[in-house]
Amino acid sequence: MSFHPNDIARRARGATAAVAIVFGIFLSAFFRTQVLHNSQYVLRSEENRLSEVPIPAPRAVIYDKRGQIIAENVPGYSVSILSPSVDSLRASLARLARLVELDSGSIESVARRFMRAQNRPTVIFSDATFDLISVLEENRIDFPDLIIQSAPKRIYPDGPAVAAFVGYVGEITEEELAKPEYDSYKAGQQVGKSGLEGQYESVLRGQEGKRFVEVDARGRVVREAGARDELRPRQPPPLYTNIDLDLQRYVASMFGDSVQGGLLALDPRTGAVLALHSAPSFDPNRFIGGIRPDYWNQLRNDPRRPLYNKVLQGKYPPASTFKLATAITGMELGIVGLDSYMPVPCAGGYLYGNRYFRCWNRQGHGALPLSRAIAVSCNVYFYQLGLKLGLARLLAGGISLGFADRTGIDIPNEHRPTFPDAVEYYNRLYGPRGWSSAVVLNLAIGQGENQQTVASVARFYAALANGGHAVTPHIARSEPERVQIMSLTAAQAKGLRLAMSEVVTARGTAGSAAIEGVVLAGKTGTAQNSTDRLRDHAWFAGFAPAEDPRIVVAVMVEFGEHGYIAARMASRAISFYLKAETAEMANTDG
Amino acid sequence: MIRRYIADTPLIGLALLLAAYGVAMVYSAGQTDVATVATNAWRSQLVWIALGLTAAFVVSRASVRFVEWATVPVYILSLLLLVVTLAFGTGAGTAASVKGWLTIGGIRLGQPAELAKLTVVLMLARVLAGRREPVRSLLDLWKPALIVGIPWVLIMAQPDLGTGIAFIGIFFGMLYWSGVRLPLLLLIASPALSLVLAFSSWYWGAWFLLLLALVIWYRPYLIEGVVIVLANLATGVVAPLLWQTLAPYQRNRLLVFLDPSIDPRHTGWHVIQSQVAIGSGGWLGKGFTDGTQKRLAFLPAQHTDFIFSVVGEELGFVGVTVALSLFLALLVRSVFIAGRANDSFSSLVAFGLATGWLVHIIVNIGMTLNLMPITGIPLPFFSYGGSFMLASWLAIGLLLRISSEGRGGITRGSMRI
Repeated sequence: MSFHPNDIARRARGATAAVAIVFGIFLSAFFRTQVLHNSQYVLRSEENRLSEVPIPAPRAVIYDKRGQIIAENVPGYSVSILSPSVDSLRASLARLARLVELDSGSIESVARRFMRAQNRPTVIFSDATFDLISVLEENRIDFPDLIIQSAPKRIYPDGPAVAAFVGYVGEITEEELAKPEYDSYKAGQQVGKSGLEGQYESVLRGQEGKRFVEVDARGRVVREAGARDELRPRQPPPLYTNIDLDLQRYVASMFGDSVQGGLLALDPRTGAVLALHSAPSFDPNRFIGGIRPDYWNQLRNDPRRPLYNKVLQGKYPPASTFKLATAITGMELGIVGLDSYMPVPCAGGYLYGNRYFRCWNRQGHGALPLSRAIAVSCNVYFYQLGLKLGLARLLAGGISLGFADRTGIDIPNEHRPTFPDAVEYYNRLYGPRGWSSAVVLNLAIGQGENQQTVASVARFYAALANGGHAVTPHIARSEPERVQIMSLTAAQAKGLRLAMSEVVTARGTAGSAAIEGVVLAGKTGTAQNSTDRLRDHAWFAGFAPAEDPRIVVAVMVEFGEHGYIAARMASRAISFYLKAETAEMANTDG
Repeated sequence: MIRRYIADTPLIGLALLLAAYGVAMVYSAGQTDVATVATNAWRSQLVWIALGLTAAFVVSRASVRFVEWATVPVYILSLLLLVVTLAFGTGAGTAASVKGWLTIGGIRLGQPAELAKLTVVLMLARVLAGRREPVRSLLDLWKPALIVGIPWVLIMAQPDLGTGIAFIGIFFGMLYWSGVRLPLLLLIASPALSLVLAFSSWYWGAWFLLLLALVIWYRPYLIEGVVIVLANLATGVVAPLLWQTLAPYQRNRLLVFLDPSIDPRHTGWHVIQSQVAIGSGGWLGKGFTDGTQKRLAFLPAQHTDFIFSVVGEELGFVGVTVALSLFLALLVRSVFIAGRANDSFSSLVAFGLATGWLVHIIVNIGMTLNLMPITGIPLPFFSYGGSFMLASWLAIGLLLRISSEGRGGITRGSMRI
């Protein structure tokens, strides 16, 4: 019955209809996927197929004032790896470790880098040696996921001589990546870490290029190039600086590796930084591509603190270099003139209350006017001047002369000098009854609660040299920034310069620093050293030529013991600079 | 009475076209950037096609009466092979944990489950054709259910979910063809539907009310009605417990079917990459052998389970339409052959074979577009693999014979009486 032809025909129609419906559904599903959503899936298959490989960009070249190279790039190699997952990354690295030096710590850091930016090739060696590259190229077949490419490598031809201001570059850290200002950075990229490299990162950083390679599901690079057009990396225009590289090298060689301290040379008219050196120095080239732990530990454990910038971060009592500030404060208030005498002549010391305050010259200087007191750096004179001014006025004077502020130099991490903001400072520090008015005596001669950087002292002397304007030190070329901080009459300013030029004569404290044919004006200082009572720090700050200053130099020599040590170094630097300048003028004239 | 054998040219033509299309795709599946096991698969596939053609020819020379006579022995043989496989079988390739292969002395002889698909069709046809009346009650079902149930249990124990689904499809298809009314089919299937719908109380509740209405309307024997309702209740309750007993990978497969993006790197990977391959093919595809998803190994099992994704990627919507049309034609032709068969056994065999193919096509192609969950089930004439290729050609041989003995064949080909 049930196989009656009519029944069969009916069921066959039903079956055919059911099959037709199934195939209709399939066709519409394929139409939807292949035709309607085609572009979306094409994109995803292209994303599968092509991996973007960034091409590192060269950083901008840094030039000195004459166009000599301070920082440039040389061809180097980087090795990175493409991985679909962290497990396959570890597996590849483990195989690689059998071939090249790669400890478990490095593998971990590569894995962390991968987790930060999974769709980029992960950098394994940012600065691979040629030997390493040869080994890897020989075994290319076994490591199809490696991407070996040339990468510009930062180099500082003068190395330690420019380390104090140029800084260095290194791989961006995880802490940096977490900050908003590094939004546009990816793990494994290089970033300026300190000095000019850090300060001018935004203009020095090149624009990364990119190319595409075809990869399979396991991250193996199947075809290297031609998969899609590449985008060339772009190098930004160079950074021109005010640095006089010849002077910088000369200064660095003068310090050598044995003298500790810092030197800052400025053009007092503009604030242009001609030289900035901190000794002992380090080689920034050895920071490129990852610093080796042994060198890093050597630098960190060196008691002479090579990583500590002695111009911008080191703080020392300004000592007698501050006496000019005391003098100017007195002159501005009309309390003293250059020919004023103090009531008590110098007999090698001064009794205040029940304490005897010594002059550095035990024989005493006798009775002398301000101009002579500056030349011979008589403490007794300045003790009395300090007492006449009183603590409040002396502090206000120091602050208005800029001793409480950073100079604003274009290098990161400049330290602020220590200088009391007001009398209450002492109350806060010692309690209202914990101190006596004797602090003003110490302050007047640049000791006590007053610690300055080489940079802040240099700026003050630049103002002395240029007629009262504080200039902001600039390493990169830029518009000068000047602020008037002194209001001296022309005669007063000239008188001060004259007194300061007497320092560098047989009648002053640094006669041996005199330069033949040029009048050098300046002031020595011998700062009590809290770490070693017997070996004071030596200061000198000065400028030349005294009548029309074109260079101001502040030098601090740690454990230099006497100011004239520093004065001789400043004098040599100044004379080197002025001679070169004269020779250059002669050349251009000829 | 002389009966001349008349070849069903459309059927042979369709089978040959599908096999040629299939072997071309297996060849393309082997063209990858890094060599895989699929690289030389097309050569073996050609050998299997040749063997299959020979087998089809031999089978087509055997009369349907002979086949009917041999049904019981081959059915028992296939059951024995399944038991042996379950005891000593080995896995292979992507399904290494599934004991589907009959292996003797380290040589893999074949997958008995593929043979069982044929023998179950034959045995069901024999039993259903032997009835005077179509099945009208659950009680009548015990014999057909047992015939499918024994091999089904043996295959599910391997475990091979895909082939299990194929058996259920064949079972229902042949019941339909034997004249079982749709409401009864629905009642039979109802416990399974309950199982699926149990994930949502609302769906299950609605379904249960519908079922009650159906029972009242169809009026089966009282005891059967009670059994069906109780069975539905039981599966509805058991489903969440059953879910707990599933292995994590099985649960994942089902969850990923609902939303592949929950696990794009692992379980969802196959489905997503298959869709990307098909979708990026567009109208005309990326060109024969030029599919990037396949070439760069993003497409998994590209010469077996996901061969249709290669069709979609390389030959585009046009290639897909051509392949689907060929399949549709094959099925329609098979139903046509079933419709004009001389006797109920032949008719049921022809329809059963067509149902088997249909289930494979639906599950395999549906999987490539995530319309079906992933189950390792091959696509007839396309997927690389000897046993199923051989089974498909044997089915073609049977259909050729049935077609030749059927009404159209005899009236057209030879003088009657």
